[in-house]
Amino acid sequence: MVSVVVYVKLKPEILDPQGRAVLGALGRLGLSGVADVRQGKQFVLNIDGEVDAAKLAQIHEIAGTLLSNPVIEDFTVEVRP
Amino acid sequence: MTFRVGVITFPGSLDDKDAARAVRLAGGESVSLWHADANLHSVDAVVLPGGFSYGDYLRCGAIAKFAPVMEKLVDAGNGGLPILGICNGFQVLTESHLLPGALTRNDHLHFICRDQKLRIENNSSAWTSDFEVGEEILIPLKNGEGGYVADEKTLDELEGEGRVIARYLEINPNGSRRDIAGITNARGNVVGIMPHPEHAVEKLTGPTTDGLGFFTSLLKSLVNDGKVSA
Repeated sequence: MVSVVVYVKLKPEILDPQGRAVLGALGRLGLSGVADVRQGKQFVLNIDGEVDAAKLAQIHEIAGTLLSNPVIEDFTVEVRP
Repeated sequence: MTFRVGVITFPGSLDDKDAARAVRLAGGESVSLWHADANLHSVDAVVLPGGFSYGDYLRCGAIAKFAPVMEKLVDAGNGGLPILGICNGFQVLTESHLLPGALTRNDHLHFICRDQKLRIENNSSAWTSDFEVGEEILIPLKNGEGGYVADEKTLDELEGEGRVIARYLEINPNGSRRDIAGITNARGNVVGIMPHPEHAVEKLTGPTTDGLGFFTSLLKSLVNDGKVSA
């Protein structure tokens, strides 16, 4: 089994109200010095068999269409053997 | 005179019946379209209604854009078919890239439901021709992810080309950039709006009947285009 992890994060210029709410909670919990919090998503695709270049290309394609919205988000793909 | 307007139902659509009713009150015939049926059944226009298509999982409208009916709709929209996306429908239109930008979580994180005042900014689109520019209308707004965002260049383009069709007045309810409540594509046939015109078409149930103008505008533009006779 190979895991392919797709990380999705908001582009830096997009406001992240959820991250801001978490930042507020961190302050209330006494964690000081946190300048900013950005919330993202992680998709773990557990794949049977091999992940060859073609399959990886397919995953990149889907990461840029279904899993993320390129208008507001960036993504990275990581293969974990 | 008869004009046929398709209303697409996805799993989780809520306002399809109201949208169909608004079409009928404006004198049209409503045609139910199903997300899994890749066929627009020769309608003259399409409404993408509000709700929570596919549970709004992943991102609002993100899964709906891959529904079989959507491939036909994107082609038809690029070909000039009038399309109105309301709330979740607006989100589906941006996810499908028929309209630029995206709708994101309200900046204050709360779901909001209120009667919202808007100013009509463009009356040359297929869905706003029955209004006056500068006209103020009051229609319901209800969303959790209604903040309109786009990069500065896109926002400048929308402003420069007169493609902002309506702006929030008095308060900005969701953090939308430049108070944008609705936009159109360059051709003027595809319109997305976050508040709900279809909930303001009858005195009994709406705060006003201001929303009816979107649907009578459609009739006007279909007549002007020779698609239906007056």
